[in-house]
Amino acid sequence: MSKHLLDLRIASSRILPGGCSIIELELPDRSSLPPVHPGQFAEIKIDNSPNTMLRRPISVCDITDNGRRLVLLVKPVGDGSRHLVDSPVGSVVNVLMPLGNGFTMPEAPCRTLLVGGGVGSAPIVMLAHALTAAGCDVTVALGGRTSADLEGIKDLYGTARVVFSTDDGSAGHHGLVTTLPEFAEDYDRIYCCGPTPMMRAVAKIARQRDICCEVSLENMMACGLGACLCCVEKTIKGNTCVCTDGPVFNIDMLTWQ
Amino acid sequence: MNDNINLGVDLGAGLRLKNPVLTASGTFGFGTEFADLIDLNRLGGFIVKGTTLEPRQGNDAPRMVETPMGMINAVGLQNKGVDNFVEKIYPSLTGYDSEVIVNVSGASVADYVAVAERLAPLDKINAIEVNISCPNVKAGGMAFGTTTAGATEVTAAVRRAWPRHLMVKLSPNVTDITEIALAAEGAGADSVSLINTLLAMAIDVERRRPCLSTITGGLSGPAVRPVAVRMVWQVANKVSIPVVGLGGITCAEDALQFIMAGATAVQIGTANFIDPAVTVKTVDGILDYCRRHGISDINTLRGII
Repeated sequence: MSKHLLDLRIASSRILPGGCSIIELELPDRSSLPPVHPGQFAEIKIDNSPNTMLRRPISVCDITDNGRRLVLLVKPVGDGSRHLVDSPVGSVVNVLMPLGNGFTMPEAPCRTLLVGGGVGSAPIVMLAHALTAAGCDVTVALGGRTSADLEGIKDLYGTARVVFSTDDGSAGHHGLVTTLPEFAEDYDRIYCCGPTPMMRAVAKIARQRDICCEVSLENMMACGLGACLCCVEKTIKGNTCVCTDGPVFNIDMLTWQ
Repeated sequence: MNDNINLGVDLGAGLRLKNPVLTASGTFGFGTEFADLIDLNRLGGFIVKGTTLEPRQGNDAPRMVETPMGMINAVGLQNKGVDNFVEKIYPSLTGYDSEVIVNVSGASVADYVAVAERLAPLDKINAIEVNISCPNVKAGGMAFGTTTAGATEVTAAVRRAWPRHLMVKLSPNVTDITEIALAAEGAGADSVSLINTLLAMAIDVERRRPCLSTITGGLSGPAVRPVAVRMVWQVANKVSIPVVGLGGITCAEDALQFIMAGATAVQIGTANFIDPAVTVKTVDGILDYCRRHGISDINTLRGII
């Protein structure tokens, strides 16, 4: 997929109760965006933020409006992401996209479990839609600290079955996402994006039960193009760029125990 | 379009560039990573990722931390080795109408020489840039670039093995960079490029740990630019060979500072991570500057300070 540098206009931006924002961007003439595969990401240039020099890599949450709208789920964790969240509707931001490899789609309809934690719930939104459209059975399991973390997010997955857990029991199952009863069911594939401890726990379950599993990594990144070699993950093939060989990796590629 | 403005520069020993804008090693991959986004033929040339005799895995993550107007990296020369470059990469680079320069690193003088020897038969490669200034490898690298004896030894040895343009990349982590530049010149360098990254460090106080796996790394980006301009000015006033300036260049005005300080050509590095099209924008910006100021030849701006 060819990469593009695009000036996109913020068409809408709303803050969710858990603190993340859903930001929708489009080309000024509202023409179609380049094709994006679920799990790919964009590098957003942050202007007028003195402490932010590098672009910020952000997962594509969804592409809507017949390919015209880029939807991002952004958690304000530092100056760059906070600046993006605070940017008013109508602002123009420079976006480098699509980047990375994305999730592997199954060759035939099958049973899938999609696991998301926090802002990692973003890339599995587009994946859930694609898998549903491909005739797969899709269960989405979301984990949050509190009910607020899941508000506005758990409704994004279309017709997929959505189950969730919270650390404090304020919504859904009480406990870690991996203790949801749905984890005991049979799946052909598991896809996961979230905090590293969560992904490692999911990978462990998948390995024990011999289920094909992909995770989306979030290593610190600079260029997004495979040029700077800053974002490497240690894989069975040695140090590998997350931006170009990932961000999605089959767990068999990783050196996680 | 060009209004007959000459942007061409001659670095000597057969290295002529259509414009003074090069990419810095380690910031532009092998060029092909950027081919979707810019026309590589518009560059004066590109300097490809540091190449060593044997494949290197580089340092462990985390390798990068962003700092005010800069970043510290500790990549550690990850690359697949010179044989991979010769067999797999070089054939994909021969079709460009821009100079392709290979950055060469090693842990010993013999390593540098061996890499230069393997590259010598590649007739599209008109120049190599010998890196005696990498702060992120334990053996070699910067160790050669911080003493005049080390710089002389590596430069002289590579000079015997490499028949075309020989550029030597200098470290700023020295008391007097002009002494190292003069040593490289005396040992046969056709040009010197400066500056490599400044040795730097950052600490994550919440975790009470260094931000990088190697504790220290190399600072690049606009934060280092004034230091780099000063060093280019000092070196250009001392040596007789051309100087290639780099360090925090993000636009034509930045590039022109280096040229006015005495650089014949410039390299753009970290800014490629922020705007992958920065190099071609810089070429356009230099043309625009010349037009606005009635400059017909970029060479007339060199070293005017």
